[in-house]
Amino acid sequence: MSQINRLTGKGLVDHSKTVSFQFDGQHLEGHPGDTLASALLANGIRLVGRSFKYHRPRGILTAGSEEPNALVELRTGARREPNTRATTIELYDGLDAASQNRWPSLRYDLLSINQLASPVLSAGFYYKTFMWPASFWEKLYEPMIRRAAGLGYPSKQTDPDRYEKANAFCDVLVVGGGAAGLSAALAAARTGACVILCDEDFVLGGRLLSERGEIDGQSTQDWAKSAVAELESLPRCRIMRRTTVFGVYDGGTYAAVERVSDHLPEPPAHAPRQRLWRIVAKQSVICAGGFERPIVFGDNDRPGVMLASAVRTYVNRFGVTPGRNAVIFADNHEALRTASDLADAGVTVRAIVDPQPQPSATAEQVATETGALYINGIIDAVSGAYGIKSVRIKDAQGASKTIDCDVLAVSGGWNPALNLTTHLGGKPKWDNALSCLVPGDLPPGMRVAGAAAGQFSLQACLASGEAAGADSARDCGFSPSAPSRPAPTEDGSPVAPVWYVPSSRGKAFVDFQNDVAVSDIKLAAREGFRVPDHVKRYTTLGMATDQGKTSNLNGAALLAEATGRHLGAVGSTTFRPPYTPVAIGALAGHHRGKDFRPTRLAPSHAWAVEQGAVFVEAGAWLRALMFPKPGETAQETVDREVANTRTNVGVCDVSTLGKIDVQGSDAGTFLDRVYINGFSKLAVGKTRYGLMLREDGFAMDDGTTARLAENHFFMTTTTANAVKVSQHLEFCQQVLWPELDVQTVSQTEQWAQFAVAGPKSRKIIEALLDSGQDISNEAFPYMACGSFTACGGAPARIFRLSFSGELAYEIGVPARFGDGLIRTIMRAGAEFGIGPYGTEALGVMRIEKGHAAGPELNGQTTAHDLGLGRMMSKKKDFIGRFMGQREALNEAARAAIVGLKPLDPKMRINAGAHLVKRDAVANAENDQGYVTSQAYSPELKSFIGLAMLSDGPARYGEVVKVCDPLRDYETLAEVCSPHFIDPEGERLRV
Amino acid sequence: MRITCPYCGARNLEEFTYRGDATVKRPDSLDESATEAWVDYVYLRKNPAGLHKEFWQHTGGCHAWLEVTRDTTTHEIVAVELASKGAEHKER
Repeated sequence: MSQINRLTGKGLVDHSKTVSFQFDGQHLEGHPGDTLASALLANGIRLVGRSFKYHRPRGILTAGSEEPNALVELRTGARREPNTRATTIELYDGLDAASQNRWPSLRYDLLSINQLASPVLSAGFYYKTFMWPASFWEKLYEPMIRRAAGLGYPSKQTDPDRYEKANAFCDVLVVGGGAAGLSAALAAARTGACVILCDEDFVLGGRLLSERGEIDGQSTQDWAKSAVAELESLPRCRIMRRTTVFGVYDGGTYAAVERVSDHLPEPPAHAPRQRLWRIVAKQSVICAGGFERPIVFGDNDRPGVMLASAVRTYVNRFGVTPGRNAVIFADNHEALRTASDLADAGVTVRAIVDPQPQPSATAEQVATETGALYINGIIDAVSGAYGIKSVRIKDAQGASKTIDCDVLAVSGGWNPALNLTTHLGGKPKWDNALSCLVPGDLPPGMRVAGAAAGQFSLQACLASGEAAGADSARDCGFSPSAPSRPAPTEDGSPVAPVWYVPSSRGKAFVDFQNDVAVSDIKLAAREGFRVPDHVKRYTTLGMATDQGKTSNLNGAALLAEATGRHLGAVGSTTFRPPYTPVAIGALAGHHRGKDFRPTRLAPSHAWAVEQGAVFVEAGAWLRALMFPKPGETAQETVDREVANTRTNVGVCDVSTLGKIDVQGSDAGTFLDRVYINGFSKLAVGKTRYGLMLREDGFAMDDGTTARLAENHFFMTTTTANAVKVSQHLEFCQQVLWPELDVQTVSQTEQWAQFAVAGPKSRKIIEALLDSGQDISNEAFPYMACGSFTACGGAPARIFRLSFSGELAYEIGVPARFGDGLIRTIMRAGAEFGIGPYGTEALGVMRIEKGHAAGPELNGQTTAHDLGLGRMMSKKKDFIGRFMGQREALNEAARAAIVGLKPLDPKMRINAGAHLVKRDAVANAENDQGYVTSQAYSPELKSFIGLAMLSDGPARYGEVVKVCDPLRDYETLAEVCSPHFIDPEGERLRV
Repeated sequence: MRITCPYCGARNLEEFTYRGDATVKRPDSLDESATEAWVDYVYLRKNPAGLHKEFWQHTGGCHAWLEVTRDTTTHEIVAVELASKGAEHKER
């Protein structure tokens, strides 16, 4: 069997070339330029899927992206993509597609037994039936329903393809490349405006490709071709094919997805599968066309029942006839062209059925010309489950007639594709003359033309497109020439549409994709549903991948009738982005897996990798957690790193801490106002610890700030808050105190900084510094800072700071020297037993010293709680001063920082555990505080912890119960000073 | 949404960081009687339907703090000024 329904010499497909593809394992052929749908029809295949709920056999209804039925799984393996519309899939050699929602095969589907249960499976079925018992829902009902109902299956493997994001800017964005869109783009681009024309199809022209009309003496197909050629010749016009504008956002921002490689077996090297575009346009013209409406009648979902306009598309654009014996069922004259086009292509047109109350002379004449029977009546019954075989027609007098046919072309008029006009909240309005919703208030800069604006005729499309394109260009400051196309005059009086055939037998479907029938909508109306958005949620009308593009208005018409209202008053559901389904991959772009966000690497990263370091994520940073030796447990590694630092010397990369340069004659005053303690009187060459509050009095961040020169300070922040503090300082400087002469700038990435800590650290720093520089204890005491040169002239800043509690220095060099410096430090320190330590050992040592860090600066603690209440200056203004003085934030009963030592040193103090009195029951009433940090101290040979305890500093020596009911753990611990090691700080000052 | 930064021109929303109500004025923290003004400043925010002045920072660009006048019902941005030229410090 090869393409039995191909019409030789017709259409835009390349008849000279053949493309092979598979559908459900069957090998078939088509031509370049086909869609999967047109190629299936060419091969005489009408049955392509099973419906969602009743598993009814379904065929192809449309020829566009509004298709509700013909959904297939495209490709195999990791590239399998469910629910792709056969009507938009561009045929390529080797294409492999499979039908969905059937088992074991499309023709013999066991779950089609659901049809027998259809009286039960009515609107709201799930809500009514599976209510009890509640626990059954998750375990039984939902999995069962999900298996039975549903569409295709995703591959569940990692998507092997890449997706990109890109930005574009233009004066005029034209959405849709049909008659209106091409006219709009031409009118705008000819003025010299920068124009982007997006079309979802792979050939531009829209309905121009599907009709046999004429424009300016050319066929519509040829006119489209020459219009595209002219646009392509204009340097400031960009045509984006296979690109769907799917969303409209504020400020003239439009989202579009470009299917770069979907028409190829797999993406070419370095090309993405899809590209997400953000297009910023000063003006836009929406020329998205229209959707033909089906007429609802019994068994209207049988394969072979198609929209009349789709039949014309298959015949005229693809050179394919959906059948050999056609019946037309239409309430409008536009659809009569389907009869003419079929007859012209040699297809037998058996009958034209016209459901309008009065017979139409025009329709009768077309019937005569095409050799068809004209019947003023309705389709009463359809036979042929897997493909239509005949229809029974009942005329106005009640006489029935059965006519054999294999295609039934249906038309109930047209709706504008106005979805994009409502994404920003605009409401469509009812047009009585056109009997459809048309765009209402538009977002700034947007125009609508052609069928999307209710301008359905070819002349109206051309004229309205030209006018909108010219007006858009004018609004961008260009000078369009006078319009060349006159607006068409009204053609005849409008006729009321026929929404459905009440007397017809069989299940009459409104929404094919969700199997919503006339009876479901009537039931919803009887149960009190009146608003289309509510009916949608109750019946599922207009849900899923097509979002009711072919069903919404028919549904609303039925609802209007059932609730005794005018259709215009019922309205429609709200359209939201996306216009058509968009792959999550396209929205994610490169941001997946490890690339979800950038990774920041410390200057010593490459060296740390060589040392076999284990890394930990700290915000976006990757920091060395520890440097294990072979055979060590994690605890052994940390213990060794801590012990070596405390007895010999250790080195740790602290470059990730936020570093902010603060300069200006008012820099000291500025720091006085952002820290609770004073800095303006800090001597040059000295460093001071500072605590910052939020304006509500709670601690925000802490760190040290060095005074490098009279008007030059260098601040450090915690790694986690570096960005936040920088923004905060900029706010203070620009908004609160712009009169101060001060500037701040983040230098976090400009300086590589290493902490060299331990009793032997001075020897190493001395070895690094160029000769003649003195860092003896006398010349460079604890908390000193200064600028030096190291390693033969490299600028180096030395800060005598210690987080570990040992004699320690931090040495900072320009970031480019960071890798060299760590290697030099290790060489210089070899004879002193230097060892690197990671953030885990760093954490142990700071807990041993009782320094607050992230777990204590948790947004709920005040200066008082951190034991720093006395640092708060009484004399000066600073952020958080006023609110920080509130009584409740300073009363003794508040939880404040303490140390905890377990009575049994082998018992852990779990972080997150709560504290109660020794004999109290562990409940919320008795709660007195919580553990913030815990560690094993190798020096004390005991687990230790830091905690926030009510009235804590007054309770040293008391034993409390550490309760961790979540992990079913309890232990007793003694409250103590948080300074476990060297509380007087003697080691720091040697 | 797009915001026109006085230094950098019209830029995409992602480059900006939102802070909130720009109509608040930081009271004098040394005036011990200013409790009510401080509670207002720290905790109370206007949330009008319509035009609103808000602080935004061009964090993905020049780091300028901006005072943006935005219609909260339509997201239309009516005016963008540098916050350093705002009213707050002029009262001092």
